[in-house]
Amino acid sequence: MFKGTVAPSGQVKNHTSFSSPLNFYDNPPTFDVSIEEFETSALDRLRVLAEIESSAARNRSWEELKNVTNMQCKKYLPLSSSNKEDTSGDTELRRRDNLSHFVLRLAFCRSEDLRRRFVKAETTLFRVRYDNLIGREREAFLNSHDFDWIPVEEEEIKKFSEQLEAAYASTSDGKRKYVKWTRVPDLVERRKVFLNGGWAYVPGHDISSIIFQEFEDHLEKALEMTARFLPRLDEDTRLVPILSNLSQGFLAGISSEWANASGPTSGNEIKAEMVNDLAKKHFPLCMRALHENLQKDNHLKHFGRLQYGLFLKVLGLSIEEAVAFWRKSFSRITDDKFNKEYKYNIRHSYGLEGKRANYPAKSCIQLLAPGSSDCGCPYRNYSPENLQTALLSSYSPLGLRAADLPEIMATVKAGHYHVACTRVFEITHASSRVAKGQGIGDGESVTHPNQYAARSIELEKLKDGMVAD
Amino acid sequence: MSSNENSEKPSPEVMLTFYRRLYPFKSIYHWLNHEHAPTRLFTQREFAFTLVGDVYLRYNSFTTADELKKQVCQLNPTRFEIGPVYSARPRDKKTMRPGAFNPILRELVFDIDMTDYDSIRTCCSGADICKKCWGFIASAVQVLDSALRNEFGYQKLLWVYSGRRGIHLWISDKEAMELTDQQRKAMVGWLTVVQNRKEGSKSLNVRTGGKLPPSLQNALDFLRHSFVDLILHTQECFKSEEGYEELLKAIPDSLLVKTLRSKWESKPGRSSEDKWSDCFKSMSADKNLMTALEDIIIQYTYPRLDAEVSKHRNHLLKAPFCVHPSTGRVCVPLDLEMIEKFDPKSVPTVFQLLEELDAIRVTEDQNTELHSDWEKTSLKPYIDIMEKHAFDLMQEARKEKLKSDTSW
Ligand SMILES: [Zn+2]
Repeated sequence: MFKGTVAPSGQVKNHTSFSSPLNFYDNPPTFDVSIEEFETSALDRLRVLAEIESSAARNRSWEELKNVTNMQCKKYLPLSSSNKEDTSGDTELRRRDNLSHFVLRLAFCRSEDLRRRFVKAETTLFRVRYDNLIGREREAFLNSHDFDWIPVEEEEIKKFSEQLEAAYASTSDGKRKYVKWTRVPDLVERRKVFLNGGWAYVPGHDISSIIFQEFEDHLEKALEMTARFLPRLDEDTRLVPILSNLSQGFLAGISSEWANASGPTSGNEIKAEMVNDLAKKHFPLCMRALHENLQKDNHLKHFGRLQYGLFLKVLGLSIEEAVAFWRKSFSRITDDKFNKEYKYNIRHSYGLEGKRANYPAKSCIQLLAPGSSDCGCPYRNYSPENLQTALLSSYSPLGLRAADLPEIMATVKAGHYHVACTRVFEITHASSRVAKGQGIGDGESVTHPNQYAARSIELEKLKDGMVAD
Repeated sequence: MSSNENSEKPSPEVMLTFYRRLYPFKSIYHWLNHEHAPTRLFTQREFAFTLVGDVYLRYNSFTTADELKKQVCQLNPTRFEIGPVYSARPRDKKTMRPGAFNPILRELVFDIDMTDYDSIRTCCSGADICKKCWGFIASAVQVLDSALRNEFGYQKLLWVYSGRRGIHLWISDKEAMELTDQQRKAMVGWLTVVQNRKEGSKSLNVRTGGKLPPSLQNALDFLRHSFVDLILHTQECFKSEEGYEELLKAIPDSLLVKTLRSKWESKPGRSSEDKWSDCFKSMSADKNLMTALEDIIIQYTYPRLDAEVSKHRNHLLKAPFCVHPSTGRVCVPLDLEMIEKFDPKSVPTVFQLLEELDAIRVTEDQNTELHSDWEKTSLKPYIDIMEKHAFDLMQEARKEKLKSDTSW
């Protein structure tokens, strides 16, 4: 296994050695990477970042966020192997971490909004990881990057002893550094540092502030640079669709729980004959549209079938009920044709045929991806007129009024399709005391059709429960 | 007292004459541009005009001082404001793609306004201001000026009377111009001590382990003096029942509060100074109560900033030497030493200046240089302040240039 060489002085040689678990992402990957690794490593990192973003929306405490992020990192983005004795795999893990970071830089440098969100999530991830470092690792990390700070000399400590003591309640902090005050704005804002002539005397336990700020500024600048050079990359036609998919996933607010939805989400079994009723009360517009087309034409094209079938599977339709449902819906074809042409595919989607894979239902990101035009996200694909008509005819029984449309159409126009969908959810669940801004719970936005439906069904149960009490 | 003090509003004709003959466009240009030849500090700078009828024109920019003057004389605005230096010329904003037009540089600015002291001043109210309540501003200026120089290390500070009841500060150090919004916000946090504007009674929360941070300790050493002069003597803040009740709210000992209240109720004539010494006598022995006394001093006298003005680079601020539309007073720069004794009523009004010009015309020929008209008016000392400040900035810029020219 390739290992970085460390020069006697402790300086890292020109190629990245990954001797510290954490790095400042100063060196882009220079090794060959397969397209597959390019994409999967980035998707894995995206899962971690998405969880960090949703933590902010869910108002998690720092400790909660740390726990969740560490759990996600362990699963998708480890920096050290779980086996403390054998560290031979660590370099490979860190190389992958570095790669995924740089792939996402390419995907997220494209707009100011993306850059801002990416920097925020990455900085948080960095903080969590820095927090995890133990003494020796931290030392290694601090030596791996030039932070351009000046150690405070004994003489100066004496000179300012009174002020330093008042500022920090102790002068016996050996690792004090000073930097321009502009590098520690958070400490300045809270008046937690001693300032003299524009320099901030930062105590040892606060130097992490310098590091985090540096990380943030550094990444911000790097993204702007990348954005400037990106046009050249557009020549590589294999990468462009991958990159835009990645950023779209982030915009749709990919949620790690739902991105993998592959099993039934509600405990109660759903019978074939219940689907029509459920669709009217609980489905998001994309699935409503598929359901209505199916009922109207007694048919759905291949992708629509696949998508709707997987949605119903995750909703809780057993294989038997699914076969019954589709048989009934395809009323114009013979038993023989159904058994030959469709039954196999239904069983396949349940993992009972072919590769026997447990296929997940499509998430909003996938539905928003370019190319899924005829059965993708209606908020994105329909013309404004058609969308308004569809919304009113589908949801006016649930309380949506024409007066609600301008707000929804404005978000659609701004490209925030999941926000529009979430708003429709809020409006149509006002009777379950869902208020504006609460989304599908705790302010979370819709990121998966199944999440929409499951929450809607759950709310109804809660409401019925309350009435029964 | 000069004759017409009542709030006569300057007419468009008066304003036009003022812009044509008195407004120091050259000085403003040098101050903003830091050099003789136009740089982006001037050419990519936003100017916004307020016209009669509150029409507001944003994103104007100019290549020279003359061009600015020409436009000002053409539009004849009631006032105009200065914004940041953008990444491109503001007048080309419409043709820029969004995202390519951003503020990049901007003087660090502060605004202190009498409004924020309304709850404690006793001499005037509303839009009024007098020498007495100017004391609040003067004391705030001392604290702010010293913090910005000593703690943050800035040197190029220009204080400008706002024309009515406040003061502006413009800082032009290179490093200050480059501050991001985040850094500006942090600075405002550092300099904001009195939190709740409306409720002056909220106790301060600035100590860690009972100790004041060094910056506030410095401020306190100065503010002790202004507290006696301003709060106890000039303003008599604790004379009225309302006033001393505010004071009592800040004392964390209910028994003591009761004793003091009954004493003061029985002797309504007791001065603020007497009341303060009542407090001091009964509190100075106890460490906690002593801290409370210090906090009261800070609460009453520490600078109260209009935070929003300072936080964002793209905030516009009225240009120096504009005329306040309701008082007719010119927004003049002030030397730090002048500020303590400054009387807002001593600032020349536009009417007075035009009278002075007329007087010159009677005694002299018509063929004097138009540009130096202000030389013969009472505006001169203030323009001298600006010119000297601009000269400093230009010296500094020249030094910087030399350094970078020889560095390779
Ligand atoms: Zn007054």
